[in-house]
Amino acid sequence: MENNAAVSFRHITKAFGSKVVANKDVSMDIMGGEILALLGENGSGKTTLMNMLSGIYHQDSGEIFVNGEEVHINSPKDAYALGIGMIHQHFKLVDVFSATENVALGMDKKTTGGAKEIAKAITEICDRYGFDVDPKKKVYNMTVSQKQTLEIVKALYRGANILILDEPTAVLTPQETDKLFAVLRNMKADGKSIIIITHKLNEVLAISDRVAILRKGEYIDAVKTSEATVQSLTDMMVGQKVELDIERPEIEDKQLRLSVEHLTCLDKYGVTALDDVSFEAYGGEILGIAGISGSGQKQLLEAIAGLQAAQDGASITYINPDTGNKEELIGKSVSDIKKMGVALSFVPEDRLGMGLVGAMGMSDNMMLRSYEKGHSPFTNRKAPRELANKVKEELEVVTPGISTPVSKLSGGNVQKVLVGREIASDPTVLMAAYAVRGLDINTSYTIYRLLNEQKKKGVAVIYVGEDLDVLLALCDRIAVLCGGKLNGIVDGRTATKEEVGLMMTNLNTEEKEGEKDDNNQSDQ
Amino acid sequence: MIVSFIHRAVMQGIPLLFGATGEIVTEKSGNLNLGIPGVMYVGGISGVIGAFMYENSLPDKSMANPFLAIMIPLLCSLLGSLIMGLIYSFLTTTLRANQNVTGLAITTFGVGLGNFFGGSLIKIVGADVPSITLSTTSKFFSAHLPIADNLGWFGEIFLSYGFLAYLAVIIAIVTSLFLKKTRTGLNLRAVGENPATADAAGVNVTRYKYFATCIGSMIAGLGGLYYVMDYVSGVWSNDGFGDRGWLAIALVIFTVWKPNFAIIGSILFGGLYIVHNYLNQFFPFIPVDMSTQELIKMAPYLVTVLVLIINSMRNKRENQPPEALGLSYFREDR
Repeated sequence: MENNAAVSFRHITKAFGSKVVANKDVSMDIMGGEILALLGENGSGKTTLMNMLSGIYHQDSGEIFVNGEEVHINSPKDAYALGIGMIHQHFKLVDVFSATENVALGMDKKTTGGAKEIAKAITEICDRYGFDVDPKKKVYNMTVSQKQTLEIVKALYRGANILILDEPTAVLTPQETDKLFAVLRNMKADGKSIIIITHKLNEVLAISDRVAILRKGEYIDAVKTSEATVQSLTDMMVGQKVELDIERPEIEDKQLRLSVEHLTCLDKYGVTALDDVSFEAYGGEILGIAGISGSGQKQLLEAIAGLQAAQDGASITYINPDTGNKEELIGKSVSDIKKMGVALSFVPEDRLGMGLVGAMGMSDNMMLRSYEKGHSPFTNRKAPRELANKVKEELEVVTPGISTPVSKLSGGNVQKVLVGREIASDPTVLMAAYAVRGLDINTSYTIYRLLNEQKKKGVAVIYVGEDLDVLLALCDRIAVLCGGKLNGIVDGRTATKEEVGLMMTNLNTEEKEGEKDDNNQSDQ
Repeated sequence: MIVSFIHRAVMQGIPLLFGATGEIVTEKSGNLNLGIPGVMYVGGISGVIGAFMYENSLPDKSMANPFLAIMIPLLCSLLGSLIMGLIYSFLTTTLRANQNVTGLAITTFGVGLGNFFGGSLIKIVGADVPSITLSTTSKFFSAHLPIADNLGWFGEIFLSYGFLAYLAVIIAIVTSLFLKKTRTGLNLRAVGENPATADAAGVNVTRYKYFATCIGSMIAGLGGLYYVMDYVSGVWSNDGFGDRGWLAIALVIFTVWKPNFAIIGSILFGGLYIVHNYLNQFFPFIPVDMSTQELIKMAPYLVTVLVLIINSMRNKRENQPPEALGLSYFREDR
C-alpha cells in the first residue's frame, strides 16, 4: 500500500449483465489533498468506478482501501461514514424540499439538531469555502448551479473528506465553472481530496493536480497535470489506431442532398447544445459525425428529423433527388419530413428507448413505421409481415419468430431490426446514431455493409459513431463536433486518429483566443 | 335538521378519513395502493369475525367485557389489513410488480375475501336475512359520552360519536404533524418524491415503503371497522360498504396529500354523499326524483376532478402528487 493514498482501488472489476464489462481490473490511487481528474470517453467506466466508491454499485471482484484499510462499501450510508461524498450528474435532491430539508434527509436528529442548527451549519460551510446557499429556498426554485452548490454543501455537511464530482461543469456556464473551480481550490487547501470525472481537457488542465485515464473500462495511466499536454492526454484517451477492414467504396456521382446552415439548438435545460453548425451532406457518401458524447450529436440529428426546435436564423435545405427541388425542413412536421425520405435510426443507450416497442413483435414494429400508408380503418398486416420476414432473412436476425416481442431478442438483433426497418423505408437520407453500440464484431460488420449498400444506392448516410477507428475506416468525410460547435470537417481517407481526437477535445485556435479575450474582460 | 345532516355527514365521512389518511401515508412512500377499497373491506370483515367469535364464546351476551369486546375486533381488524398491506408491499416493493395492477387485484381479492367470510358467517348463524348482527359489540363501539345528550346541537355535532371517530381525527392530525415535523416524516416524503436521492442519503427505501404501506393499510382498515361497528350498528351485509374505498382515494387527491385537510374534506365528502337524502327536506318546493339523486351522488367525484383541474392550473409544486408515485425503485437500474 502506498503512503498517503486516501483511496486505493485494487483489481476492480464490474460487469452489467453478462456482456457489458464496465470496469476491468482497475487499480489506481487517489492521494490526500489533491484534485484528481478522471478522464475518459463516454462508456469508459469512469462513473461506474466512482459509483462503487460511493456505494451505489458493488464491485464483482477486487478491493477498495480507504486510508490504507480495506473497506466494504455496500450502501451510500457506508460511503458517508468513510467520509466519501459524491455529486452525481443527475442531482440527488428532492425538488419540493428546501435546502435545509435536503441536507437533513436521512440524518439522525440527535446528531444534526433542528432546522435552525442545520441552517446555521450550512451558513458556516458557505462562509468557509465561499459558497452561496439560501437554506430556506426550495430546490425547484434553484438554478442548476445553485443545486450543484447545495449538493456539495450537503456532502461537506456529512463530513466528506473525499469528494467525487461527476461531470460537474456539463451544466454550468463558464462563469459558474470559474466559481466552482475557485471553491474546489479552497476545499483542496483545506486538505480534502477531490475527484472530478470529466472528458473536457481544458478543464482538466485548469484545475487538476493529476490525471488518471480510463479507456473502455480499463485503467491506462495516471500522469501529473503539469507534465501533460492536450496531445498526450488525447492520445491516452483514444488509444492507438486499430486497422479495421471495412469496405469503403468510392462513388463518383455525388449530389448535394442536405444543406444545414447556422443551426443552433438548445437542450432541455436551455443551454446551447448546438452552436451555429453548418455543413452539407451528399448522396452517395457516408458523412461521419465524431465528437465526445453530448457534444450536440443528438440535437443535430433530431433537428434534421424535425424532433428538435432550432433557433432563429437556421436553415436546413433538402434537395429532392428526383426533381431537384429545394425544400426547407425547419418548420415541417416529423411525418412530413419522414415522407420526404429522411430516415433516422437512433440507438440510445438503452436501445429500446427510441424507435421500437419492446412488447411488440417484429412485424408490429415494422407497422409502426408504415401505418399511415393504410387507407382502410383496419390494419393491413400482410405488408409489415413480409417486411419483417425480409429483414429477418437479410440481416440474419435471430428470433424464434417475427411475432416474438423484440424485448426478448438480444441487443444486437434489436438493433438489426431497428436499422433494417429504417433502411426498408427506402430513404434518401439515412441517419444512424450509435448503430453498433454494444454489438459484437460480426453484427457490426453486417451494419457497416448495410450502410455501404445504401451509400451505393445514392443515399446520403449520416453516421454518428463513438469509435474513431470505425469512423475513420467507414466514412468519406468526418465532421467533428466539440462542445456543440462544428470544429471542422476532415477527409476520412487521409485524416489521422490523433488529428480527429484533438479536434474532438479542443476547439481550434481561433475559437480559443476568443475565449481568452472573454476571460480577460471578465477579470477586468 | 341541519344538525342531524351534519351529524350524518361526519358519520359518513369517518371511514373516508381513515381510508384517506392511510392512503396518504402509503402514497407518501411512492406506493399508489389502489387496493385500499379491498383493504378497508378486509379491515371490516376481520373485525366482524373477531367480534363474532367473541360474542359466541360467551354463554350470555350481557356478560360481555367492554375491554375485550373492543380490543378483539380492533386487533383482528388491524391484523387483517396488515396482511393485505404486506401482500401489496411484497408484490410491488420486493417483486417490483406493477402497482396499479397489484392494487386493483388487492381490491378484488379483498372484496371477495370479505364476501366469502361474510357469507360463511351468515350461513353459520342461519339467519333469515342475508346479514349478521353484532349489536353487543356495536354497542361498545358506538358508545358516546352521556353528557352529549344534554348539550343540544353542540353535543350532537361534536360529542355524539363512538371513540373510533375521534381516533380518526387524532390519527389524521398526528400523521400531518409526523409528515411535516419529524425527521422520519421527512425521510418518508423523500422516498416518495425521489427514492434514488433518499437511498443516496442513507435512507432504507425498502423498509420505509414496507412500513408506510402496512401502517397505512392498518389505518385504512379501521375505516372498514368503523363502518360496520358504528355507522351501520354492527350489521354486516355483503357489499354493504359500497364505493367508500374509492371515495377515500378520491379524497386523497382532493386534499392534495394533506391529512389535516382530509378532516374537513371527509366531512364535506360525507355530506355530499348523503345530501340527496336531505334535498326533499331542505328544498320541499323542488321535486327530487331518483335519477336526480343519482346525479347528485357523483358530486364528490366531480369536486375531485375540479380540484385536479385547479391544481394543475395553479401548478404549485407542493400540491402535486409525490413525484415517484407508482414507480418501483431498484438501485442498480441503469
